[in-house]
Amino acid sequence: MSALLEVDGLSVELPVAGEYRTVLQDVSFSLDAGQTLGLVGESGSGKSMTVRSIAQLLPPGARTSGSITFDGASVLDLRGDALRKFRSRDVSMIFQDPRAHTNPVRRIGDFLTEAMRVNGRVPRREAERRAVELLAEVGIHDGERRLRQYPHELSGGLLQRVMIAASLAVKPRLILADEPTTALDVTTQSEVMAILARLQREYGMAMLFITHDLELAAAVCDETVVMYAGAMVEHQASSRLHTDPLHPYSAALMQARPEIERRVPRLPAIPGHPTSAFETPDGCAFAPRCRFAEDACRAALPAFERVGDGEYSRCRRAEELRGQLLVPAVVSHEEVVR
Amino acid sequence: MSSTAGRRADARTDSERTTAAPGGVPILAVDGLRKTFGRGRKEAVAVDGVSFELAAGGSLGIVGESGSGKTTTARMLIGLEQPTAGRIVLDGADHTRPARRIRDLRARGRLIQIVFQDPYTSLDRRQKIGDCLGEVVRLHFGLSGSALDARVRELGELVGLHDRQLRALPRELSGGQRQRVAIARALAAEPKILILDEAVSALDVSIQAQILNLLADIREQRGVSYVFISHDLAVIRQITDTAIVMRHGRVVEQGQTADVLDSPQDPYTRLLRDSVPHAGWRPGADALVTS
Repeated sequence: MSALLEVDGLSVELPVAGEYRTVLQDVSFSLDAGQTLGLVGESGSGKSMTVRSIAQLLPPGARTSGSITFDGASVLDLRGDALRKFRSRDVSMIFQDPRAHTNPVRRIGDFLTEAMRVNGRVPRREAERRAVELLAEVGIHDGERRLRQYPHELSGGLLQRVMIAASLAVKPRLILADEPTTALDVTTQSEVMAILARLQREYGMAMLFITHDLELAAAVCDETVVMYAGAMVEHQASSRLHTDPLHPYSAALMQARPEIERRVPRLPAIPGHPTSAFETPDGCAFAPRCRFAEDACRAALPAFERVGDGEYSRCRRAEELRGQLLVPAVVSHEEVVR
Repeated sequence: MSSTAGRRADARTDSERTTAAPGGVPILAVDGLRKTFGRGRKEAVAVDGVSFELAAGGSLGIVGESGSGKTTTARMLIGLEQPTAGRIVLDGADHTRPARRIRDLRARGRLIQIVFQDPYTSLDRRQKIGDCLGEVVRLHFGLSGSALDARVRELGELVGLHDRQLRALPRELSGGQRQRVAIARALAAEPKILILDEAVSALDVSIQAQILNLLADIREQRGVSYVFISHDLAVIRQITDTAIVMRHGRVVEQGQTADVLDSPQDPYTRLLRDSVPHAGWRPGADALVTS
């Protein structure tokens, strides 16, 4: 069976100050129906850009290469009606800030029924009845009252549920969720994730889940891709990511995060700051911040290679370093001195 | 409630209050703090009977979700809001009412400062970083010329900003560097207490670790006390000694940070703890008991 979504060798350049700059390079993965894939990374890692490429929501002037295939059709070649149908029926996006993606002067009811009335030509009363059903699906049981309210009258968590209800209205086959719970309280995040997981199970939807939170990705995604400076650095089963990372960046990211169970004298921070693809020197983009970097790492960009069954890494020392990446940094500093 | 847990706020007596400063006068003491907005039927209680103490050189965490009253509490501490009731004692003197006169405002500024969450909106985008720090130093200590420059460079060094960055405009700096500027600006007045209101929440994880280490160093070197407001329990664990948990304007639990997080007594603290994604986490498994 071929995958529902197949991204192969995707690279994106954007015009910045009259010059094309690479923001995404050589991104490849596939996603089956019902599966959840996490994209994890910091600022400039390219995770949002990947999702925007799939929905064809890149800024004007963007240059793309590689291919994106959805259900056998090439997404990058979709135009006009076909593109509109792809965006409105096949995929749905959920964004980080629901307030930025709702019209503050239109009621929740208008927001939820617009697509049905315009695209599906459903009569208003029927559309409203379905909107109330959708709200019930995401745990909002006083839907009729909510339809008459404005976005500012709803809390962030409630509004995000409305966004999820709206994205489900068309029963999409793929959900692109871009940090959908980042702006929410932890207890609300837990509820929203539960709703997403249940609906995904019931409808068999595939989900591409973007987050900066490795723990969250590990908890809700089947597989996780870690991105850095516009490229994938690691891809493997989420369940193993925490105990057996395959790239020094993933390991360093996990170690830099404080733990709820204990306080450490000093957090193993990663020196420097996250960069974008176009700011990185030749060679491995993470090398300037990596405690395992050697001269050869700075010479050429390592390939994204298979290191085991369903395991990939863009570190040229991946196999050699496997199992040692989570060892506290002191050891390797001694090695450097020696 | 018939709970006997001494740590539960509802069972609190003065001797049991574990956020109390161990010996000596606390640098900050808050008693029965209350803030309401609006009147009559529209009255909303934002903060309701909040009491805690912060030891000199200590670090107190305030944990809570949106609407818990943690930011309103911070605004009362620095004098941006006037409490409806209760008392705020800073370094032994009553500061419940916000200062009015310039002299009093500046005196309060040398006592307590704040760092906000968003390093993108809390700096003047047309002011160079060095000028931004220099302005505070000149205002509070009347320095000028080479003494002023030296002090600005010293502040820069304290937070890891180089001369090149001191000559830059905010837009030329990254988010982490801007938050360093905000910390240096707050420290420029040499306050005894620093409030950090979600000060590392908007930063990338790798940068967040750098700033948390920096804050730990500054506390050790300068003896400045922290009120650290955050929704992030792991960050609270790393940077605070004592903590209070707030919900709907009230303190539901308080004590040593390690105790509060390792064996939470209040059901809400437990819910918060269990809502944090971890290995084997099932989202939504902890049904929210809304009161």
